[in-house]
Amino acid sequence: MYDFNYHRPENLGDAARKLAAAADAKLVAGGMTLIPTMKQRLASPSDLIDLAGIADLKGISDNGDFIVVGAMTTHATVAADTAVKAKIPALADLAEGIGDPQVRNRGTLGGSIANSDPAADYPAALVALGATVRTDKREIAAEDFFTGLFETALEETEIVTAVVFPLPEAAAYVKFPSPASRYAIVGVFVSRSPAGVRVAVTGAGPSVFRAREMEQALAGNFSAEALKGLTLSAEDLNADIHASAEYRAHLVAVMAERAVAACR
Amino acid sequence: MPTVSMTVNGKPAAGQVENRTLLVEFLRQELGLTGTHVGCDTSQCGACVVHLDGASVKACSLLAVQAEGRAVTTIEGLAKDGELHPLQAAFKEHHALQCGFCTPGMVMSALDLLQCKSDPSEQQVREWLEGNLCRCTGYHNIVKAIQAAAQDGRG
Repeated sequence: MYDFNYHRPENLGDAARKLAAAADAKLVAGGMTLIPTMKQRLASPSDLIDLAGIADLKGISDNGDFIVVGAMTTHATVAADTAVKAKIPALADLAEGIGDPQVRNRGTLGGSIANSDPAADYPAALVALGATVRTDKREIAAEDFFTGLFETALEETEIVTAVVFPLPEAAAYVKFPSPASRYAIVGVFVSRSPAGVRVAVTGAGPSVFRAREMEQALAGNFSAEALKGLTLSAEDLNADIHASAEYRAHLVAVMAERAVAACR
Repeated sequence: MPTVSMTVNGKPAAGQVENRTLLVEFLRQELGLTGTHVGCDTSQCGACVVHLDGASVKACSLLAVQAEGRAVTTIEGLAKDGELHPLQAAFKEHHALQCGFCTPGMVMSALDLLQCKSDPSEQQVREWLEGNLCRCTGYHNIVKAIQAAAQDGRG
C-alpha cells in the first residue's frame, strides 16, 4: 500500500472541505473494498478521509412511514435492528447475507452504494424499494443514483448521508452467491407496495436494473406462476469465470421466481 | 509519523505508525502479539480476526489509525492466569486444529458468534465461519468444538 494523508473529521462540513481541498482524496466508510484495493495498489489516493468520526451518519430511525438508515450504519446493525426486522424483513435478510461476519461488522450501507459494485446486494434493495439517497447536497431517487459499473450520480465532492426506505407491503431478496466471495452472481429483490411491483436485479449487468417485463406480469398476478415463460435477454449481461451471460439470464428468472415465492 | 494509542487486551498500548500501517502489522510488529496471523493478502482467509470493541473484524482490513482510542482483543487476551479460555480448551479437546495456522482467527470469530447466539446450530456455525479458511480443511472438528463450547455454556 502506498502511504497517504489520513483525516478523521468530526462533522460533515469538515469532511466536505477536506475532500475538496486534497489532490486525490477518497472517503473511507467501512473500508471493506477500499482498503483491500489499496493493499493491492489498485488505488492510491493522496488523502483518506475517514467518516467514522461523524456521529450523525450512524444509526437507524423509524419515522412511521419510512426507515432512515445512516450512511455509516454497518450491515450487522441493519441485520439486527428491530424496526428493520419488523417492517422490512427482506432488508434485514439481505444485510445478514452480505460477505462474512467480519465484513458485516465493518462494511456500511453508504460505502456499499457509493462504490456501486455490480455484484453488491444493497443496490437491488434500494431500487426495488424505491428508496431515496440523501447526500450533503440533495436527495436522489435510487433509480437515478446507480448510473453504471462502479458509477453513481454522486458529484466528486458529494457525501452520502443516509438512505430513506419507504415500507413495502411485501418484499424478498434471493441471490445466487459466489461460493467464494458471497457476492451475488445474480441477486433479485422483489417488492410490492402501493406504488406497484418492482423487480431489481443485481450481479447480472454492469449496474443494478429493473426487470420491467417481470414487473408488468406481477402487477396483474403477484405469484411465481406469473413469471413462467418470461426470459431475459443475455445481451449486455456480465460474463466472467463464474457464469456466462446466458447462465446469468437464466438465473435472473429462477431467482425472481424464488423471491416472489419468498415475499413476506 | 502519527502516534496511535488504543487498549489491547485490557492494557493501554501506543506506538508510532505510518498512516498505511495495518492494525495487524501494528499488533505483530510493534506490540509483538504474533498470535494474530496473516494468511493471505486479499482479506479472505480470516487468520487475522481480532475483536474491535467486542465485535470480530479482520485486522488486515483496518488501518492502525482507524483503531485509535478503541479496545482490541487478540487471541493472547483470552487465556487468564495460565488457564486456556473455555473455547480454546474446547478446540484442544475436540482436535479442532491441525497445523494451527487458522486457529487464532477461528477462535476469535467463534467467540463473536457465541456472544451473538448462545446455542448455534451446525448450519449457523458453518455459515458464521464463511470468512475463515482452514487449508487443512479441518472444519468438521472446528464446528464440533464450537458447538461443544456453546452447549457447555463456555463460550
